[in-house]
Amino acid sequence: MSAHSLKDDFLDRAQHALGQDFLRRAVRKTTDRLRDGRAQAVKEAGQFDAWRTALSDARRRAIGRLDAVLRVFVERASAHGVQVHFAADAAEACAIVVELARAKGARLAAKGKSMLSEEIELNQALEAACVEALETDLGEWIIQLAGERPSHIILPVVHKPRAEIRELFEQHGGVSLSDETKVLAGYARDRLRAEFLRAELGITGCNMAIAETGAVALFSNEGNGRMVSTLPKTHIALMGLERIVETRADFADLMRLLPRSATGQRITTYVNVLHGPKRSAELDGPEELHVVIVDAGRTQQLADRDYREALACIRCGACLNACPVYSTVGGHAYGTVYPGPIGAVIEPLYARDDERRAELANASTLCGACHEACPVRIPLHDMLVSLRQANARQGRGDRTELTLQRVAARAMAVPFVYAHGAAVARWFGRFVSSNGAWPRFVLHHTPVLHAMARQRVLPEPPARAFRDQWADLVRDERRGADGR
Amino acid sequence: MSTPSDKDLPQRKVALLVTCLVDQLAPEVGIATVRLLRRRGVQVEFPHLQTCCGQAAWNSGLADEARVLAERTIEIFEPYDAVVAPSGSCMGMLHHGYEQIFRDDEVWLARARALATKSFELSQYLVRVLGVPAAEAQASQPTQTVTYHPSCHATRILGVADEPVQVLRALGALQLVPLSRAEDCCGFGGTFCAKLADLSSAIVATKVEHIAATGAQCVVSTDAGCLLNIRSACEHRGLPVQVLHLAQVVDREDAAQR
Repeated sequence: MSAHSLKDDFLDRAQHALGQDFLRRAVRKTTDRLRDGRAQAVKEAGQFDAWRTALSDARRRAIGRLDAVLRVFVERASAHGVQVHFAADAAEACAIVVELARAKGARLAAKGKSMLSEEIELNQALEAACVEALETDLGEWIIQLAGERPSHIILPVVHKPRAEIRELFEQHGGVSLSDETKVLAGYARDRLRAEFLRAELGITGCNMAIAETGAVALFSNEGNGRMVSTLPKTHIALMGLERIVETRADFADLMRLLPRSATGQRITTYVNVLHGPKRSAELDGPEELHVVIVDAGRTQQLADRDYREALACIRCGACLNACPVYSTVGGHAYGTVYPGPIGAVIEPLYARDDERRAELANASTLCGACHEACPVRIPLHDMLVSLRQANARQGRGDRTELTLQRVAARAMAVPFVYAHGAAVARWFGRFVSSNGAWPRFVLHHTPVLHAMARQRVLPEPPARAFRDQWADLVRDERRGADGR
Repeated sequence: MSTPSDKDLPQRKVALLVTCLVDQLAPEVGIATVRLLRRRGVQVEFPHLQTCCGQAAWNSGLADEARVLAERTIEIFEPYDAVVAPSGSCMGMLHHGYEQIFRDDEVWLARARALATKSFELSQYLVRVLGVPAAEAQASQPTQTVTYHPSCHATRILGVADEPVQVLRALGALQLVPLSRAEDCCGFGGTFCAKLADLSSAIVATKVEHIAATGAQCVVSTDAGCLLNIRSACEHRGLPVQVLHLAQVVDREDAAQR
């Protein structure tokens, strides 16, 4: 997989990213551009908050009675010839797709962009079954050629310099190219076009299903999604269990908010609302349309009131762009399929025994920018705190650190202990801030302070706390000597 | 800002929730708060038993410890008519965090809410309760250019809007200059700045770049956490900018008017 595997922890990966100048500039530039685009769209819309309320309600309504909504979807979709499959976990989902590929004798599966496919590691499963899986979204294709993971939900290749992309393409095609976007995109277009015609299988994600009409909707900007879902004889759409709204009106709310939140576009270049396979009188479209509905931890999340609302997510990536951590170190630092605040919340839920994902709860300043940017108002910052609580309960993370924090918190509950403990801490702080050989030695050997002092001048604590000066303030008031 | 004389105002009493951070690391902010409130005819009391509102423990995942601190904070402050804190972060904890802590305990939740309705971040109290005079005309010769960093917890958690700006505008002697990407977090994040020190430093370095680009002589915020963080990075970079709490700026301008 990627150069940044799950082996090391977030601190190491973030540290690594901090040293990568190109990565940092590229991520910052992109997240700034997307945020500005969104801000502009919000301004233009005028009633963005009303739209958010509508979509938030629609998503929560669907999640709130997911069973019934899915049942309607299955009934209506089946009625126009869609074959619906349910997969309890990633392995089952992959098995269903692999089985379909075998049944069709498929050797090539052309893929549209799908984060769920990344989540269940479908490409690996297909390759293992001797079916070539070809990513046809430009960014995803680059990622595939590089053997990496996407670093952004909607812009998978944001971290990659153009020259590296050119090298990848040159190696791939044995050709000589320039760094120009036009040239690189042109090369990809030429190469991929032929493959669309050869592929027996088209695999896409599903941005949202609509229960009322039994339809599956895809938003894309490159047009590859439309080709993947129409040219191959069999189209398989992978759908997260929660990616559904009840009505067409709810879907209209989504259409307003998904592109605006993701890139600031009023609408994406392509919006496909698929109502089943090709009908007899139609010229194009697949002969079969399969929808694979994947649970993989979502039902469990549905039962958990702390995290249920995160199922409302529409995967727009706005929380990534708004996050000070993501926009500083990029997506690979998270070491997960879904990066950023939403990733830090859902990844530990989908792999509850994975300590390395659990620590992502700490990869946040809890500034709340994610919540503010979220089109469906998921309180991600509160969820990160809940995850920290779960970690503390289970004794995950640095035990010493946790014990120290616990001792400090308990000391705070006793004013006498608090006041005197803090006085000692202030004295220590004053000592290490004083400029002598011993203080420097101590500072150097106190890891936390040493790390903080690398790029800061640590504040020198005052000799007297506010509470020690209160008597003076009372005296001043009596004397009227406080400048009144 | 002009300071009305005592007799214009009804007698007001508030309890100062000074916050542990101000108490221990920035007492000058607490002192400025007391002075400016007194000048506006407010009688300030300081309940000595107060320590920490519990936010540090809560944000570290220590729910039980946080609850103990939240309960004692409620007990200490609920007897007072009003509570003022020079912090949007700790006030955000009282208003929003306590909702989470006590979500399954109706009795304590009611007490927490009762306390929240009479608890204000300083700029909220100045604008909503005392009423800030209309913005003074910009002085032809401003004494200082000032830029404002909105604290994330003040704005996003507590819901402070432009109250701090209104307060600054009412101080006619200052020239307020806009800070680009002002709403971006400074990277403090409580224990975050210690746990992920270099990442935190990188985030605050971006903030300091934006501050430097304004050319302002002074950067103002409503929270000691942001201010300590921003100051430590400005000093490291050698940027000659004053980093002050809103209370300190108001107190200073009050004094200059006499």
